[in-house]
Amino acid sequence: MEPIDLDLDENELELPSEPMHLNMGPSHPAMHGTVRMVLELSGETIVKSDVQIGYLHRGFEKMCERGTWAQVFPYADRLNYVSPMLNNVGYALAVEKLCDIAVPDRCQWYRMILGELARISDHLTCTGAMAMELGAFTPFLWFIKAREMVWDILEEETGARLTHSFGRIGGMAKPPTPALKEMCRKAIPTILGILEDGEGMLLKNRIFIDRLENVGNISGEDAVALSWTGPCLRASGVAYDVRKAHPYLKYDEVEFDVPVGKNGDNLDRFLIRLQEIRQSARIILQCCDRMADEGPVNTDDPRVMLPPKEDVYTTIEATIQHFKLVMEGAKVPKGEVYSYTEGGNGELGFYLVSDGTGTPYRVRIRPPCFPITGGLSKLLAGAMLSDIVPTFGSLNMIGGECDH
Amino acid sequence: MSERVLQVLRDKFGDAILETHSQCGDDTAVVDASKWKEICRFLKESPQLDMNLIVDLCGVDYPDREPRFEVVLHLYSIPKRHRLRLKARVGDAEGEGAEIESITDIWPGANWFERETFDLMGVTFKNHPDLRRILMYPEFVGHPLRKDYAANKTQPLVPYRTESEAGVPLEKLAPFGADEGMPFGRKVWGTETDR
Repeated sequence: MEPIDLDLDENELELPSEPMHLNMGPSHPAMHGTVRMVLELSGETIVKSDVQIGYLHRGFEKMCERGTWAQVFPYADRLNYVSPMLNNVGYALAVEKLCDIAVPDRCQWYRMILGELARISDHLTCTGAMAMELGAFTPFLWFIKAREMVWDILEEETGARLTHSFGRIGGMAKPPTPALKEMCRKAIPTILGILEDGEGMLLKNRIFIDRLENVGNISGEDAVALSWTGPCLRASGVAYDVRKAHPYLKYDEVEFDVPVGKNGDNLDRFLIRLQEIRQSARIILQCCDRMADEGPVNTDDPRVMLPPKEDVYTTIEATIQHFKLVMEGAKVPKGEVYSYTEGGNGELGFYLVSDGTGTPYRVRIRPPCFPITGGLSKLLAGAMLSDIVPTFGSLNMIGGECDH
Repeated sequence: MSERVLQVLRDKFGDAILETHSQCGDDTAVVDASKWKEICRFLKESPQLDMNLIVDLCGVDYPDREPRFEVVLHLYSIPKRHRLRLKARVGDAEGEGAEIESITDIWPGANWFERETFDLMGVTFKNHPDLRRILMYPEFVGHPLRKDYAANKTQPLVPYRTESEAGVPLEKLAPFGADEGMPFGRKVWGTETDR
């Protein structure tokens, strides 16, 4: 049989040479659900990329201006939904800074334990998902199994697995359970064991390494210029960690290292997260040793703390105080404050403006993912189409936080 | 901690620094909006201050004041470990003329922050390379973080169902009433009450 295009003019077969436009996302399995990229391709090489976010915008900052100061906690949970406890603590610390309240030592240790557990779960999710997106499904399942152990502890402590809403202005919702230390001491070696297994499986895999090594490089200066913080910045060799540079809670009293990368490529970002899990584990174990078993967790400052329940039922003063705190909200002194903590992805900042009433005048969150995602197009220029998946995965973009 | 930064700024720019304070330990300088870029460049390039990391840039709306908006910039110096909050006031009571020089060429990281401030607060950044909406969609009208933008206002791209289309009473579906879920004793900014 004769081919049908036999009489076709030769010229018509010429391939188009202008760049091709391609939409990637927002519904693409590797785009974490909420990012759209408009790519300009020359062959398989990315000439230009336009990263578009906002698909998960929920008006976090506007919502905060409607409720009381304490009603922000559930919203803060939903910003970074893989490490909500870090957001809770970050917001609580911001309001406490504005009110000039210091929480008791026991609460500070408790916040550190829960925060570092959340960090472990954050990094496990990111590294696991990154491996899965490159086809390594088993380590992902293992990491999720390890994350499950973290969540079991958090569930036992807070009653919720994912969105805890556990922080309070001036303390935590509940004191630590008696089993906390034992649970941590038991789970952490298991988690580290799983980590080692997964790491061994991935880092001896030629294909996995080839996809990550020298892909998505960024220098330290460029990363700083793009306002990157957290593991992504440290992978480029800049050792800026809020926990070390400006210790909050009790981070100046525990020993831990800040792992730093060299090349700032995907592999470094992957390895930094694995190292940070080990450092978080170290911190948790030290906190478990240092945290007292008895003692107050919440501050007794009546401006922000609900009175004890038995007093609410028996005395008129406590009833009124309870009523006012719930209905009008804690009155936060007039002023403005910027408070910063180390979130899962970098510096998590809250800029609060108070007009002296029970409702926030302005709650501004500085989400670490936002500038990191902003730098993505720079990372992708000149890369191959298939490099998007590991590069985007290594940044750990969290839609809730990035899109507010 | 970094009171010295404020001192350096006052010595260098004099009258352009309108006020300074250090509430809660955060050093703050309110500067003349027309000198915004010059001051930012100095902060970045002066070896003594070396503010190499732009932490955050956002806007705050004060409808009672003139100029109405505050552009709030947080800076940090990784080598020197000091922070500074820089503010500039722009815009008149109607929100018109809220313009300030873009600082994207000083800190490339400012790009998305400025787009966000433009999108949500309506402050225009002059000479910004790519000033588009970032969180809201292109068809969106207005700037949602302004206090006079009603919190319960919606702009759906696809119209809501009517009651006859849905076949059920819709009064409890979104958008909710203006006061729903709100604590009393608070100031309600520009909430649509005549819904």
